[in-house]
Amino acid sequence: MNKLKNLNAALAVVESGMTVGIGGWGPRRKPMALVRELLRSDVTDLTLISYGGADVGMLCAAGKVKKLIFAFVSLDFIPLEPYFRQARQNAEIEIMEIDEGLMMMGLQAAAMGSPFIPTQVGLGTDVVTRNPDLALIESPYADAVSADEKRQWLAMPALNMDVALIHVDRADARGVCQIEGPDHYMDDHFARAANHTIVSCDQLVETDWFHQQPNAVRSVFWERSCTNSIVNLPFGAHPSSCNPLYGFDAAHFKHYAASAKQENGWSNYFQEFIAPGEQAYLDKIGGAEVIESLPLPIY
Amino acid sequence: MTDYNQSNPLADLVICACAQAWQGDGEVLATGIGVIQRLAASLAMVENPDLMMTDSEAYIVSEPVPLGARHGYEPKRETWMGFSRIFANVWAGQRHALVGPSQIDQYGQANISALGDYVQPKVQMLGVRGFPGNSISHANSFFVPVHSKRAFVPNEVDTVCSIGYNSARLPQGMSLDDIDIRLIVTDLCVMDFEPSSKQMRLRSTHPGVLVQEVLDNTSFELLTDEVVETPAPTAEQLATIARLDPNNLRQKAVTAR
Repeated sequence: MNKLKNLNAALAVVESGMTVGIGGWGPRRKPMALVRELLRSDVTDLTLISYGGADVGMLCAAGKVKKLIFAFVSLDFIPLEPYFRQARQNAEIEIMEIDEGLMMMGLQAAAMGSPFIPTQVGLGTDVVTRNPDLALIESPYADAVSADEKRQWLAMPALNMDVALIHVDRADARGVCQIEGPDHYMDDHFARAANHTIVSCDQLVETDWFHQQPNAVRSVFWERSCTNSIVNLPFGAHPSSCNPLYGFDAAHFKHYAASAKQENGWSNYFQEFIAPGEQAYLDKIGGAEVIESLPLPIY
Repeated sequence: MTDYNQSNPLADLVICACAQAWQGDGEVLATGIGVIQRLAASLAMVENPDLMMTDSEAYIVSEPVPLGARHGYEPKRETWMGFSRIFANVWAGQRHALVGPSQIDQYGQANISALGDYVQPKVQMLGVRGFPGNSISHANSFFVPVHSKRAFVPNEVDTVCSIGYNSARLPQGMSLDDIDIRLIVTDLCVMDFEPSSKQMRLRSTHPGVLVQEVLDNTSFELLTDEVVETPAPTAEQLATIARLDPNNLRQKAVTAR
């Protein structure tokens, strides 16, 4: 099955009001080219699920977010994401703020078709008090330690989503995706949780590439049946990192963060970098030579 | 600019004080988030090689990775430890994290999420991150670089990100003894919780700091029965810290008053 699509056609499945999951982590391997195409579209009223970075910040800045399901939004070296911060401080978005691990459990529950996963994570904190929809349950089994009262558990609901957006190092047109970098984060869980998974790749390869690189097959984290569309987008994670191909663009993130303090900052950023399209974006950044030379981050 | 030769005795002191948090811990993942915190975990691992640490990215390493620019040093990776596996370790309770919240209250509840009203925060910070799961799953300690009433707040923190010794929020069927907050180290002192009452107590003040100065900068009561002076770093500890921080990142991580 050939799943190769152009950017516009791949994102045509995203409609206003949908729930969209976004892979990556903070400023690391975010599907930013897919996000920029969403920003160019008239889609709005989205519910986002993300280990958030500039993906969340930009979609908030553009007014496309109805609700955000998150544990953090951060650019790491710029700890506080400027546009997410504005959206929260202006009370512009609904939120479901949960623990990082709870989010992983929600994705796993969605992937396995289970309505919830019981856990102690979140109990005793504002995750419970600020999310009244989160149910507390008792085990249907006898408690291991006999107590006067049974222990309570948080029933983390499945985080079902219409679409997941993910960026990988390499893919073939059939949807075999390789993440070569040190961490695939929760991308496999996103790919499995979503009804429809769109993957952009830095490098489109023939299937034979995998046959020639048997070790690379160990870094394929989901089956091609979980991938619905492949979009060939070299440097599609920029300004986030795609380790080992390139690091995140600290100078660009600083420019982006500074725009949030300027009048019409977002509008100017959008017009300068996003509106003209992806080819213009890469030209503006300086092309392959500049992005490939971005140093890998040291944590 | 960082002056590579400029020493910061307070940084060295609090790193050694923080490292004590892992004393007696066996084979657990020692996580320090922040410059002081990570150097403390690193020092603790040098003193107790049973501890585990990561490269702060995706691998467990056999020895602590020096902070910042590597100058040719290659981390000694021994086990893949991406974020999904971190949660397996967390939920098994095999970890002790030293973190730096913006607010801490009398119960040891901590906040890194939002200041002020929750619906419309005065200051939106990071979000709860992994605090809820960490705090109910494994031991945690805190480092606060500026000990003040803004950090040690009255009543409760604005957003309760981590569970503390607060009976009013205790989950049904749980005991306060199930919660494990170890040390709280600041630029003035070292504190912990008295085991039976779960009340925060002052253990030591740093050289030159009076007990009253700590009390004046804390919004709630502290037990002050047996307060000693925070021990000075040994020459060996200072040498280890210097080796683990070749770029002198600790110089600006905490400032003496």
